[in-house]
Amino acid sequence: MIELDGLTKHYGDKVAVDHLTFTVRPGLVTGFLGPNGAGKSTTMRMMLDLDNPTAGSVRIDGEHYRRLTDPLRSVGALLDAKAVHGGRSAYHHLLCLAQSNGLPRRRVGEVLDTVGLTPVARKRSKGFSLGMGQRLGIAAALLGDPRVLLFDEPVNGLDPEGIHWIRNLMKNLAAQGRTVFVSSHLMSEMALTADHLVVIGRGRLLADTSMAEFIRGNSRSYVRLRSPEAERLRDVLHAERIAATEAADGTLEVDGVPSERLGELAARHGLVLHELSPQQASLEEAFMQLTAESVEYHAHDGEPVGGGPAEPVPPGVAAGPGGWGGDWRKKGS
Amino acid sequence: MAAVGQVLRSEWTKIRSVRSTVWTLGIAVVVTVGLGMLICALAANDFRTMPARDRLTFDATNVSFAGMGLGQLAMIVFGVLVVSNEYSTGMIRSSLAAVPQRGTFLFCKLAVATALVFLVGLATSFVAFFAGQAMLGDHRAYLGDPGVLRAVFGGGLYMTMIALFSMAVATMLRSPMLSLGILMPFFFLVSNILGNVSATRKIGRYLPDQAGQRVMQVIPRAADVPYGPWGGFGIMAAWTAAALVCGYVLLKRRDA
Repeated sequence: MIELDGLTKHYGDKVAVDHLTFTVRPGLVTGFLGPNGAGKSTTMRMMLDLDNPTAGSVRIDGEHYRRLTDPLRSVGALLDAKAVHGGRSAYHHLLCLAQSNGLPRRRVGEVLDTVGLTPVARKRSKGFSLGMGQRLGIAAALLGDPRVLLFDEPVNGLDPEGIHWIRNLMKNLAAQGRTVFVSSHLMSEMALTADHLVVIGRGRLLADTSMAEFIRGNSRSYVRLRSPEAERLRDVLHAERIAATEAADGTLEVDGVPSERLGELAARHGLVLHELSPQQASLEEAFMQLTAESVEYHAHDGEPVGGGPAEPVPPGVAAGPGGWGGDWRKKGS
Repeated sequence: MAAVGQVLRSEWTKIRSVRSTVWTLGIAVVVTVGLGMLICALAANDFRTMPARDRLTFDATNVSFAGMGLGQLAMIVFGVLVVSNEYSTGMIRSSLAAVPQRGTFLFCKLAVATALVFLVGLATSFVAFFAGQAMLGDHRAYLGDPGVLRAVFGGGLYMTMIALFSMAVATMLRSPMLSLGILMPFFFLVSNILGNVSATRKIGRYLPDQAGQRVMQVIPRAADVPYGPWGGFGIMAAWTAAALVCGYVLLKRRDA
C-alpha cells in the first residue's frame, strides 16, 4: 500500500505536484494517468525519496521510504530504462543492487530468467535495445521480490509482444496480492491493464476511481441512424417514445436502445436506413476531456483556424470503433 | 538502515565491473613509473654538469616521483569517474533507491574507491622508487636513509588523497565534464603557475597538491616552506575534508 498525504513539489515558482492525496491499494493494478508534464514522474520519484517533497509525505506500507530496511525487498521500481551504467553487464548491474540489499546472488539469475535476458546477461548494457533495457529495469524492480511495484511508462518504446508481456506481468503481480502502480499517458493502454485509476493534470488530482466506474461514467454508448426519410424516422421514434438527438450531419443518435430493436422498428414501418451502427465513446476522448484544462503544451491540429467543413465532435463522443481507445471494449465484454 | 557491509560489497562490484577502473589506474601506474624512470636516467646523466648547489640539494627519492605530476591526472580521472558516472548514466537513481541513506551510500562508495587507490598508489610509489633508484646508479638513495621511507609511503598517500579530493569535487559538481574541466587544468597548470611565480608563491604553496607533495620530498624544494612533510599533507587533507563536507551536504539536500 502506498499512501500520499498532501504531497507537493515546487520547482521555484512552478508547482509540479499540488497537494496530492490518494492511496494505492494492494491486489490491484492502479493506473496513474496524466498528460505529459502533469507531474507523474516527479510524484514517483518522491515516492522513492529521490526528490524531496516541498510539503506532504509518502508512506509505503506505513513507513517512510528512507526508514525501510533493505528497500528493494519492499519496493521495486522501474523509473526509466536509462538508470543503468552502460559499461556494466546486465549481470553485474543486478548483482551490485542485490548486494546492497543483502539479497542472495541466485536472485540475479532468477530475475534474468524471468525477463528473458539470460543469454545476454554478460553483455554490456550499452548495446541493449530499448526493449532489452526496459526488461533489465523490470528485472531490477523484481529483484527483492517486493510487495510494492512502481512502473513509470513501462510500455514506452516496446514492440507489441513486449507490451503484451508487461501487461500480463503486471496483472499477475497484482493477482499475487502486490501493490502495482503504473504511470502512462495513454488511456487506451491503461484501459487494458488497470483496475483502478488515478488521474492528475498540472500536478492536481482529477480523478481517483475504479476503472469500471470511469468507463461507466465517461463512455456513452448509442446507436447512429441515417435515413433519407429523416422526418418520418423521427416521427416513428417519437411515437415509440424513443429520444433521439440530431447530429450536425443530419444523422440521429439514440441512447440506451439496442440496435436490434431500432432495426426491427424501421423494418416494420418500411423505412429505408442507410446506416444503423452502434457506437461507443472512447475512453481516450473522455480522458482528454477530463484533462483538457490541464494540458501543459497544446499542439494545434493543423487545420485552418475557424474554417473548413470540419464536423464538430459532440462532447464525449468518439470517432467510432476504429478510433483511439476502441480496443478497450475487448476487455469490457 | 542499509547495512554498511552490504553497501561496501555492492560498491566493490560496481568498481570492478567497469573498464574505466582498469584503464585509469593502469595508466596512472605506467605513467608514474615510466616517466619517473626516464627522468631518473636523465638526471643520472646530467649530475656531473649540475651546479654545485643543485648537487647538494639533489633529492634522489623525489626525482623518482617525477612521473607523478602526470600520473596524478589519471588518478583524478579515476576519482571523478567513480562518482560522476553514477550521474551521467542515471545509475544514481537505481543506487539511491536501493540505498536511500545517502550518507551511507557516499561513505561506502568513497571508502571502497579510496582503499583501492591507496593499494594501487602505494604499490606505484614503491615500484617508482626502486625502478627510479636503479636508474640513478651512484646517486641513488636507500629506503633506510633518513626520511626516505616516509617519502615513499607519502607518495602513495599523496596519490590516494588527490583521488579522494577529485571524488569529493565530483560529488559536488556531478558532471564528469565539468569536474575534469576544472580539476585537470587546475592541477596541471594553474597550481604550478601559482607556485612558481614569486608574487603568488606564498598562496600557491597552500594549494592541495603543492602542500601535499611536501610529504614525498626528503629535502624540501624551497627552504622557506612554513610546514613540514606531515604539515603539508595535513593541509591537503583539510582541503579534501572541506570538499567532502560540501559534497555530502549537497548530496543530502539535492534531488537525485
